[in-house]
Amino acid sequence: MLLKLVPTNTNIRFIDFRKMAYVLSLVMIVSSFGLYFTKGLNYGIDFEGGIMIEIGTEGPANITRIRAAMKSLNMGDVKVQEFGASNDVLIRLEHQEGLTVDQVVEKVREVLPGAIDGEISYRRTETVGSTVSSELISDGILAVLYAMGAVLIYIWLRFEWQFGMGAVIALIHDVILTIGMFSFTGMEFNLSTIAAILTIVGYSLNDTVVVYDRIRENLRKFRKKPMTELLNLSINDTLSRTVMTSVTTLIALASLFFLGGEGIHGFAAAMIWGIFVGTYSSIFIAAPMLLWVELQRENDTSPTPGMEVLPPKKKRA
Amino acid sequence: MLNFPRWKVITICLLSFLGILMAVPNFLSDEQLANYPDFLPDHQLTLGLDLQGGVHLLWEVDLTEVEKEKLESRRGDIRDAFRKEKIVLRSSIRNKAIHINLTDKSQTEKALEVIGDTVEMLGESLTNSGVADIEYEVAGDGIIVVRLTQEGLVIRGNDVITQSIEVIRRRIDGMGTTEPTIQKQGDGRILVQVPGLSDPQKLKDLVGKTAKLTFQLVNAAVGVGDRVPPGYERFPMAENERRSGLPESIVVSKRKILTGENLKKAGLGYDQNNQPAVSFTFDRIGGKKFADVTRKNINRQFAIILDNVIISAPNIQTAILSGSGIITGNFTVESASELGLLLQAGALPARLTVVEERTVGPDLGADNIEAGKIAAIIGLAAVMVYIVLSYGMFGMVANFALMINIGMIFGLLSMLGATLTMPGVAGIVLTVGMAVDANVLIFERIREEFRGGKKALAALDTGFEKAFSTIVDANVTTFIAAIILFQFGSGPIKGFAVTLAIGIATSMFTAVSLSRMIISFWAIRKRPTTLKI
Repeated sequence: MLLKLVPTNTNIRFIDFRKMAYVLSLVMIVSSFGLYFTKGLNYGIDFEGGIMIEIGTEGPANITRIRAAMKSLNMGDVKVQEFGASNDVLIRLEHQEGLTVDQVVEKVREVLPGAIDGEISYRRTETVGSTVSSELISDGILAVLYAMGAVLIYIWLRFEWQFGMGAVIALIHDVILTIGMFSFTGMEFNLSTIAAILTIVGYSLNDTVVVYDRIRENLRKFRKKPMTELLNLSINDTLSRTVMTSVTTLIALASLFFLGGEGIHGFAAAMIWGIFVGTYSSIFIAAPMLLWVELQRENDTSPTPGMEVLPPKKKRA
Repeated sequence: MLNFPRWKVITICLLSFLGILMAVPNFLSDEQLANYPDFLPDHQLTLGLDLQGGVHLLWEVDLTEVEKEKLESRRGDIRDAFRKEKIVLRSSIRNKAIHINLTDKSQTEKALEVIGDTVEMLGESLTNSGVADIEYEVAGDGIIVVRLTQEGLVIRGNDVITQSIEVIRRRIDGMGTTEPTIQKQGDGRILVQVPGLSDPQKLKDLVGKTAKLTFQLVNAAVGVGDRVPPGYERFPMAENERRSGLPESIVVSKRKILTGENLKKAGLGYDQNNQPAVSFTFDRIGGKKFADVTRKNINRQFAIILDNVIISAPNIQTAILSGSGIITGNFTVESASELGLLLQAGALPARLTVVEERTVGPDLGADNIEAGKIAAIIGLAAVMVYIVLSYGMFGMVANFALMINIGMIFGLLSMLGATLTMPGVAGIVLTVGMAVDANVLIFERIREEFRGGKKALAALDTGFEKAFSTIVDANVTTFIAAIILFQFGSGPIKGFAVTLAIGIATSMFTAVSLSRMIISFWAIRKRPTTLKI
């Protein structure tokens, strides 16, 4: 007996939920913007510039003591946090006026032994200058925009422009919601996050294209079926595949999230969220959006064997 | 379409085999690899700094400094040329331009001609006439303004970066570390990555020092507090020299007897008291010049100036004809060999500053690899179990294709000489999840066609066929995203994009060709009447 998460021949009326989905998405988008403008994002040093030091300690580190030691340096806003394990600590500092990075690191190395018992290992030091960080931001944003543009053109060429629009709107929806999630959880937003967002863009597209592909096929098959029913049918047709692929990808990501180490945590988290959002948007946003625009349904005249055969209609003006 | 022509079967098998073969070296130890037959591919994946530890430094080349120096030297050239033609002028540098005021305004025509003669053509080649390094115009009565051309500056900037990279490479090679990456990045940046190194300071000292060395005669008549007469300049004395009783600063003639460019060799040496020193040998021209100057200036002092600090100011006791000498000055063995290496490698043509620095300790790298491995294996196993549970025998075919797929990803990455980073590992794990998608699309379609009343074989056939266009559309869109990521992304994004793109390509190949072939063979042999899917 084979495992089936989705029963055969489902007939869920997805399109009937579209108003609810629109409202839900709108609320989520508005709250994402709200969060972004009020709470903002927890930018990593890639995007904000600054100095980051990761240290390993022998026993569990006492964050309060480390924080106090750092405070004694009078180096402004210093963030001290555990990084995955209690003996792994991340310290983040701003660039200090009049001090080189080395001098800052030197000072940190001087005070830390007073706050930590036993040996300290310096696992990682990173600094990014402010000109570089602003370039990294603009490069990242450009990459996302270009990717969307290229995809829009491809779908336009392979399908019709209405599909391209629908796909890109779904994508923008996914990107906004992902950024909103980062703002909400306060997870660090860095270069790998941009990579994650782009993968989400790719995945969500993949999903949308599969559903669209079926819609296109059904448009040729059933030329009299009302649009709502046709969309429902197409989503149900592909539902089993959608769930299957989402689950396999989620399994792989869950493994990354739980076992891949701290460095990949944010990436995996963003992707997991992105899989949910991307799947949701393909079904509840990208597909029903095709109701808003009139799709040409007459371009195929060859009857499919075994299907309802209708005489070719004249093209509507 | 269940029949596969023989050439197709051979191609598919060959490609899969080649892919796996290229991946094999990654699983061999160094020892095994040494005994590996020559005709087999032996490229291994390079591990990124985040996986093996090391130092990553991004340097910015100070091109404004280069521009300033160039303006100053052009001003000198023009003044010399004018002097020859007996044209009297006053000149100054303002707003990145040389302003020339002619005393005799009637000489303007002639002056322009003289300036025109000094123009240098940059980037000249057989096919390219090159670009002028300066442009000039009459900006008023008897006033000429000379500027450096934008194109000329770009060429000069590129030259400076190429030279700097060359110098940095020589310096790092002298350090004896393995496989450093030194490359130009964007406009005016140089990326230096040294794997396995855990002390960025040493690298920064070595790369960041300009190491501009000059030999200039000392004017002993001017004391520490005195005004510096024209034609002379004052330099501070190096710290350790000061401690041994020498003055805080010394005034030297602006004329440089010799520079570091005249050096042929430099390295660790010892003085007569067996103290570490830097020994050097001039090239032929330098040696001759040095002999001349020392002969004429016996009992005078000359200064050896490194990056605007006097590191030594010895007395000339006899003429030095051998063209070689030593620099003494309270060196340790380490500091003397470091300075020797710097001098040997030559001076940087411009000042460099660090704009980005990342150091990963070796234990963190090892932890990352370990975690990545575990995550990949567990993730893969879980996905495979789920697929077999869902599709039974077909699932096993998909799993076989998946294994080949992963082998091919590793093979292609090794062949391309790609660097595997942590985001890259994530890319592979993710492709595992997504690679299954192509097979899922096919199997779902077959299932659907079979339920729709088609016979088993027909269902298989149509299933593959109909799923194909969906697979292409779905994968091409993701592939486009990956390419754009590679093009516009930097650092970790690039590594991720490469693995993603390769993963998409190989997963399409394995799903559309390999698993299709296996299933077709099975179907033709067994002629199934029903499908368990």
